[in-house]
Amino acid sequence: MGEVWGVIVVVAVASAAIKAAGPVVVGGRSLPPRLVATIAFLAPALLAALVVSETFSEGPRYVLDAKALGVLATGAALALRAPVLLAVTLAAVVAAVARVG
Amino acid sequence: MPGDADGPGREEPAREESAPAPGAAQAAEGEEGSYRDGLRLGMPFALAALVLGVSFGVLARTAGMGPVAPIVMSAIVFSGSAQFAVASILAAGGGKLAAIAAAILLNARFAPMGVAVAPYLRGGRLRRALEGQATVDTSWALASRGGGRFDRQTMIGATLAQYPAWVGGTVIGTLGGDAIGDPERLGLDAIFPAFFLALLVEELRGARAVAVALLAALLALALVPFTPPGVPVVAACGAALLGVRR
Repeated sequence: MGEVWGVIVVVAVASAAIKAAGPVVVGGRSLPPRLVATIAFLAPALLAALVVSETFSEGPRYVLDAKALGVLATGAALALRAPVLLAVTLAAVVAAVARVG
Repeated sequence: MPGDADGPGREEPAREESAPAPGAAQAAEGEEGSYRDGLRLGMPFALAALVLGVSFGVLARTAGMGPVAPIVMSAIVFSGSAQFAVASILAAGGGKLAAIAAAILLNARFAPMGVAVAPYLRGGRLRRALEGQATVDTSWALASRGGGRFDRQTMIGATLAQYPAWVGGTVIGTLGGDAIGDPERLGLDAIFPAFFLALLVEELRGARAVAVALLAALLALALVPFTPPGVPVVAACGAALLGVRR
């Protein structure tokens, strides 16, 4: 049990340090233009990586299950310009239904 | 380049190309978003954070973390991916060093994200470090204004909406897990990738952004079997370098 608390405290401190690092080191300075150009594409890169890794992997393994169907449904709904909440709810509904079937 | 004289506390540069997020149209202070905009934009994600928090509470219970530790963890770590990794590694008997390493790797992405928002935060070092804690995936993406610019109030507001939901969800999951059952049965595990997909669609401004996203997705997928969890996502950030080539 003590082990769990140790892990929690270390992870909390490390996470806070990681999040603080950029703001403290960079401060209020504006970033070099080349870095800004890179950062402009950080969001699409990061989000795309999060989508595929959360959908198709569990730890070091690939998975292809009902979750992928749900995310696919969201993609289709977004392509049809459905509201975000509806599109995302669809992911859960489709994944749940696929697991029952 | 403009803005070389930016000092601490200076207002962020005006946004020439206005690409307001949905609902941000009536921002009270001109082009700059308000905390209220952030709260409003963060609401749907707060709902998702609540659901995910419940899932985490249920998992942490089955992982033998006891009733209090998961709740404290949600309050002081506030990071879904890292917490899920820690709980599942401890549940599998993976050892505390493995759990810590996984959490740090999973949260490593917040380093480049923190650099990106840094120029838009305010105050001295301590305050900046504190404001930087508002960096979470969804809020950061909501605050993105394109061209590498970020809106400080939107990010902080959206995080303030999600924090109580995440902690509250964990309380519900830990204490009421038996009544809720398996979150996967309800398809709740599909919610976060689906939300990330919705945020991604907002970011796909132009062909180059699409190319970067595709490359990042391929890179992340390719690395899955070869690296510890978290590394594929961090490495895929390298795809952003495509933005400065040519």
